[in-house]
Amino acid sequence: MQQQIPKEGMYIMISLQELKKRVWDLRKDTLDIVMSGGGGHIGGDMSMLEAIAYLYLCHMRLAPATASSPDRDRFVLSKGHSVEAYLAVLAEAGFLDKADVIENFQRFGSAYIGHPNNKLPGIEMNSGALGHGLPVAVGMALAGKMDRRDYRTYVIMGDGELAEGSVWEGAMAAGHYKLDRLCALIDRNHLQISGNTEDVMAQEKIADRFASFGWNVVAVPDGNDLDALAAAFDAAERCTGRPSLLIADTVKGYGSALMEGKAAWHHKVPTATQYQEIVQAFAQRKEAVQ
Amino acid sequence: MNSIANRKAICDELMRLAENNRDIVVLCSDSRGSASLAPFAQQYPEQFVEVGIAEQNLVGIAAGLASCKKLPFVASPASFLSARGYEQIKVDVAYSNTNVKLIGISGGVSYGALGMSHHSLQDIAAIAAIPNTRVYLPSDRFQTAKLIRALAADEKNAYIRIGRNPVEDIYTEAHAPFVLDRANVIGSGADVLLVACGEMVRPSLDAAAILASEGVGAMVIDMYCVKPLDRETLLREASGKKLVVTVEEHCPTGGLGSMVAQVIAAEAPMRVINLTLPDSPVITGTSGEVFQYYGLDAAGIAKTALANMHA
Repeated sequence: MQQQIPKEGMYIMISLQELKKRVWDLRKDTLDIVMSGGGGHIGGDMSMLEAIAYLYLCHMRLAPATASSPDRDRFVLSKGHSVEAYLAVLAEAGFLDKADVIENFQRFGSAYIGHPNNKLPGIEMNSGALGHGLPVAVGMALAGKMDRRDYRTYVIMGDGELAEGSVWEGAMAAGHYKLDRLCALIDRNHLQISGNTEDVMAQEKIADRFASFGWNVVAVPDGNDLDALAAAFDAAERCTGRPSLLIADTVKGYGSALMEGKAAWHHKVPTATQYQEIVQAFAQRKEAVQ
Repeated sequence: MNSIANRKAICDELMRLAENNRDIVVLCSDSRGSASLAPFAQQYPEQFVEVGIAEQNLVGIAAGLASCKKLPFVASPASFLSARGYEQIKVDVAYSNTNVKLIGISGGVSYGALGMSHHSLQDIAAIAAIPNTRVYLPSDRFQTAKLIRALAADEKNAYIRIGRNPVEDIYTEAHAPFVLDRANVIGSGADVLLVACGEMVRPSLDAAAILASEGVGAMVIDMYCVKPLDRETLLREASGKKLVVTVEEHCPTGGLGSMVAQVIAAEAPMRVINLTLPDSPVITGTSGEVFQYYGLDAAGIAKTALANMHA
């Protein structure tokens, strides 16, 4: 992890080593949120969990006490359906009460709805309709540039989401305006609701496409590896004059053999038996962390 | 005849505001010329964002700017802004509650000869149907300037639709009464109430003069605030009249006429006639020719009012 310049109360400082263990607890929290709400998008939660946990807990200049500071880093979850992992991470970061989230997720009238809700602390924008996050993040990065602030803007998109034309409109503008404080990450788990992304609408050559739009593209061959993610986010910070894209090659449903790489787990709710099996797998993986 | 279009009045007002407010940002989609905003772009290049021909991006970027406390004014042809940018208006602006002011230029049949792709006759209904939106159709350049000033001072989103061409003044520099979200009542005729918005206020006033010459008293409400509709003024002035006629540059569904009829039906039922453009591709021509063809000119409005007075 890059040495960060501490600004009083602006960071949550969890060590990468500590996070390597904690992501397994966060997976269990995410699973509990899905189970409690009786719905959710567990496959994509698991594939992007390392990325979002790393950003909120180790990397971004953002903490509950200073969440309204104009100098805070901005984050947009463009693949808003992965909200369960987002809520688990926000609770871990101290923005939300974990027990409250688990108890009330998707309950009648609850603020913990099935997509990001910016009435909750720590969430900048509502999302859910795909293809919106990148243009919004471009606006945030432009505002920082206009006001000469040094905050960074992060956005996580899905790979199936890349079929939305508005993604490319945003990509074009980010390159045009050379927004080097903007960093997008694609959760490249290769699966979308109907099956393999390459069968639904081929997404290969993502790197070439973004590079041709003026982006600095960083490949993350294992997007569930925290060391690789940390190095990639640091590389993005070092790049000047261009926005950065991290293509994080992830595994949908990561963490349990039951779910991994299966499109059916896009939004499946485990049975009680499956729940036990998944929890056990998470515990074993946690124990295996060096 | 006034030669200053409402879009020019908007540019002048935004330039006045930007002088003391560095947070004002104007965004265009290759539309700075048609929006008359080139002088703004030239004088305040750091407060101007060009996004190219990409209306989804235009609205999304504006929402991102607003989330960082900038005060974005988006100006793009109404037909493209309201339809191509619709989901961004719904999600990034209204739902996320960002303070974005959306200016639909060349609205209605301003581009009359260019065909349905360029007509914007669904925008009132479309935008008003989204919760947490406001819809304004100012009637002349003085009201337009006051509206922009008032909206720049508040923290809620708004959609403002204006036409392309200069419209004859309704008010004067010295006398342009304006209270945000309160309609203006013009005249005191006791028989017919004409409720109009945008470019239809002028022909409605002229129709009132024709009606007066026929011995029929008409009053005009300049309902520039279509949402939130000024229900109080509407119900107060409708009371005692024989007929209400709404006049708008919009399709028959979900616009000013629908909203007025909805309020009157519920609160004080009486006869309401909606003068609109048809639910079919509109004939092409200049906006003046189109208005005359469909009876949205002064003579047509007066004729409709007279025909329905005793019906």
